[in-house]
Amino acid sequence: MTTVSFDRHPDSYRHWRLRIEPPLAWLEMDVDEQGGLVPGYELKLNSYDLGVDIELYDAVQRLRFEHPEVRAVILTSAKDKVFCAGANIRMLAGSPHEWKVNFCKFTNETRNGIEDATENSGQIYLAAVNGSCAGGGYEIALACEKILLVDDNSSTVALPEVPLLGVLPGTGGLTRVTDKRRVRKDRADVFVTRPDGVKGRTAVDWRLVDELVPRQEFRAVVEQRARELAARSNRPENAQGIVLEPLQRTEDDDRIAYPNTTAELDRAAGVVTITVRGPRADGWLLAMTRELDDLILRLRTNEPELGTWVFRTEGDPDAVLAAEREVLTGSDWLSNEVLHYYKRTLKRLDVTSRSLIALIEPGGCFAGVLLELALACDRQYMLDGPPIDDEDSDERAAIVLSDANFGAFPMGNGLSRLESRFYGEHDHLDWLKRERDRRLSAGEAVELGLVTEAPDDIDWEDEIRIVLEGRAALSPDALTGMEANHRFVGPETIETKIFGRLTAWQNWIFTRPNASGPEGALRRYGTGQKASFDRKRV
Amino acid sequence: MPTRIDYDAKIPNNVELSDNRRLQRALEGWQPKFMHWWAEMGPALETQGVYLRTAVSVGRDGWAHFDHVVPQDYRWGIFLSERDPDRRIAFGEHRGEPAWQQVPGEYRADLQRLIVIQGDTEPASVEQQKLLGLTAPSLYDLRNLFQVNVEEGRHLWAMVYLLHAYFGKEGREEAEALLHRNSGSPDTPRILGAFNEETADWLAFYMFTYFTDRDGKYQLGTLKESAFDPLSRTCEFMLKEEAHHMFVGTTGVDRVVTRSAELIREHDTMDIAAHGGIPLDIIQRYLNFHYTVSLDLFGSETSTNAANYYTAGLKGRWMETRRKDDHQLTEDAALLEKPQDDGTWTAEEMQKILLLNLDLRGEYIADCSSGVKRWNKILADAGIDFRFRLPHPGFNRKVGINSGHHITPDGTIVDEATWERSRKHWLPTDEDLAFVRSLMHPVYERGKIASWVAPPRQGINGKPFDYEYVYL
Repeated sequence: MTTVSFDRHPDSYRHWRLRIEPPLAWLEMDVDEQGGLVPGYELKLNSYDLGVDIELYDAVQRLRFEHPEVRAVILTSAKDKVFCAGANIRMLAGSPHEWKVNFCKFTNETRNGIEDATENSGQIYLAAVNGSCAGGGYEIALACEKILLVDDNSSTVALPEVPLLGVLPGTGGLTRVTDKRRVRKDRADVFVTRPDGVKGRTAVDWRLVDELVPRQEFRAVVEQRARELAARSNRPENAQGIVLEPLQRTEDDDRIAYPNTTAELDRAAGVVTITVRGPRADGWLLAMTRELDDLILRLRTNEPELGTWVFRTEGDPDAVLAAEREVLTGSDWLSNEVLHYYKRTLKRLDVTSRSLIALIEPGGCFAGVLLELALACDRQYMLDGPPIDDEDSDERAAIVLSDANFGAFPMGNGLSRLESRFYGEHDHLDWLKRERDRRLSAGEAVELGLVTEAPDDIDWEDEIRIVLEGRAALSPDALTGMEANHRFVGPETIETKIFGRLTAWQNWIFTRPNASGPEGALRRYGTGQKASFDRKRV
Repeated sequence: MPTRIDYDAKIPNNVELSDNRRLQRALEGWQPKFMHWWAEMGPALETQGVYLRTAVSVGRDGWAHFDHVVPQDYRWGIFLSERDPDRRIAFGEHRGEPAWQQVPGEYRADLQRLIVIQGDTEPASVEQQKLLGLTAPSLYDLRNLFQVNVEEGRHLWAMVYLLHAYFGKEGREEAEALLHRNSGSPDTPRILGAFNEETADWLAFYMFTYFTDRDGKYQLGTLKESAFDPLSRTCEFMLKEEAHHMFVGTTGVDRVVTRSAELIREHDTMDIAAHGGIPLDIIQRYLNFHYTVSLDLFGSETSTNAANYYTAGLKGRWMETRRKDDHQLTEDAALLEKPQDDGTWTAEEMQKILLLNLDLRGEYIADCSSGVKRWNKILADAGIDFRFRLPHPGFNRKVGINSGHHITPDGTIVDEATWERSRKHWLPTDEDLAFVRSLMHPVYERGKIASWVAPPRQGINGKPFDYEYVYL
């Protein structure tokens, strides 16, 4: 498998056109049939693969950072009579399981990002469905605040995965139909089992779309509705965007390095050690977040066998706290964007199917925003003693709680990582709040329940080695399931249902012969042959 | 790896402890706890010096040094056999790979458990034998008891070394727990049943060192094959020490049988109780008891745990490297004799890898028979018709496939009532135990010995029997 890069720029998009007409932006899908990321399929009818979605992700990000003047985004198709046919079936049928799952995870994160822009950036998305809209296509529309459907008596919205492919609309489709658009469950059942979908008046009555627009007036009404949405936006007037410059990344076989983040890849052990450095220049939080985001995506996509990620930090905790204070107390649009971007990046970690382990050592800076990284991990180990290579040193590991840890970066379940860690323990959370803004020693961190273990310098190396080796010996599947269960306590949200319920069911269905077997629906689709099902209900 | 032992160190060792700050600190923290345990749970009899051997080197020749030592001043230490830098794993899925010098994280829990179980038996026997010194039949025997005790203490050190050196904080906690469990304690007993039985008299002591310590020999033999090299080397040296315990058991029973035979001849009766000897049928019942509780230590005949340990390379077979097979055992089959409710025996064919405990038990039983042969030769030479025999392995079992059944010493499956009616013929009765205990009077005079046991043919380290082995 070729290495997938997530570097994109609107100047060289193959599948999208981004047009800025303040306060609006037009994001038009125009998929290049021959532009698949991997050979073996054609991206017909605006169907998409990971490459198409990487460009979409890039566009959504750039709109937030580079175009504060944009208040509403019209997501539509540049093709005639077709909005989007969803994820490419040949691509899905021909992909190995982990590729399908990783693809779905990324597309889900991008759809969530669209909703996040609407909710938290005042950049409101409107789906202008100008032609047939099926499966993943309708799921893109569902991520938008409003859906306008062209009333041409033939264009439909549809979720045909179940009847045609024997899988689920897994990019949030099932969840958003009922939870976001409040479609009644019996109508949802009818809708999702119809291969041809629903059009016209019924689509509006069932709340599958918000409005029908006659073909002739389509563009004008879309623009009108977008302007109405833009008027609701709280984006600032006359703000100047910033340019997201290309990442400075160097790579070789066992190392990926950026100015603020380095990953060491140990293939024999199946471990990646990710070191995040504290601030040394202005704009650190955004720069570090971009690097971390890129690193997570690359490792997830390109290194599926490196099952354990170890997080370390290097730098001055005070500098981290100073940098975060600037952003947390800044009331400007850019500070807001940086915070939400870091939030989304942490959420990526939360749903990453890797064992995450934080090593808190002297010289590190797990403070405030960076402490969130440690809290996102499955386990935290803190060295209680001098640095391993300098036993005469007085330096000791410390962590610092700050305001950043009490709600600034909610997880998908709507709770902070501390609230998730101490679910329902209000007194304990109050205690933690009182311990803000000072360095906590290993002993205190243990007492406060912020670390798993605090081995001393004598035990440190052996303990960590054994933890990592032990982890590597366990079933990756069981670990993925176990970690996903432990990470999300408490309430369900649309997000947790998408990643925890919809995705888990989808991933199970993907591995079943009824979908992926030689006679399964996914493999037989488009061959003219009917799928043959194992009829046992499981 | 130097074979010379550093006796200048606070803890004698041949593992370059002084170079390992972490380990030294951990073990020096444990040492006073061990000394406290020894004072509380060690031999009740106080002495001014015991003629003990101490390891000075782990090489083939001249590893032992003999001198009078006050037991609590004994230099317990850490001795591993020499390292073979080219050693490779002999069995299981890692066969052919270099032996491990570190605990692989994958096997940490299993290895720790194996070491804890082995470690738990070592101090247990010291506790079981605590009171024996008060009734020793001679200074020679008293000396042997102390030798066994200090070496069991050393074996505890050996296991604690592994826990401290390779298992971090959890290992240290387990090492402490080894001192907190006590033989026969109602709250915190020793892990294995046989180590909670009382060793109430010297015949029991000889039987214990013959049968139960022999189980230890075979368990150590399987751990000696371990892919985890420090465990292997530790057990290899422990096996050398263990040989003395076997010797105490074998010659101890020899001498009891010899004395009983003398008394039978002298008084021309099998009923020698009145003449201060132990009747042969009581010896047989002691043998039955100690042999069968020791068989329980081998665990269930079929064991997936043992199979997993084997596949992983943690625990091998007795003399693994001399066996001529594929050392994987997944293809080979063996037969397991099973008792049935209708009173018959059936043989079931099973994968060899599932019968590793049975395999080890088979080796052990063969070894035990040689002792029985020795003792019967003594009787034959004396012209006495009585013969000792090992009971059927199904007899009196609490562990494994036989445990739910009532099986006689000759292997007949009977009902519970029948079995219970004959119990007094097969296992020591309260009267037997009381009688043997009545013979247990200490004899601390040089060159003298109790009525029920013959003197040894040779003394220790070339010294005569009447040497002052213990200063009282």
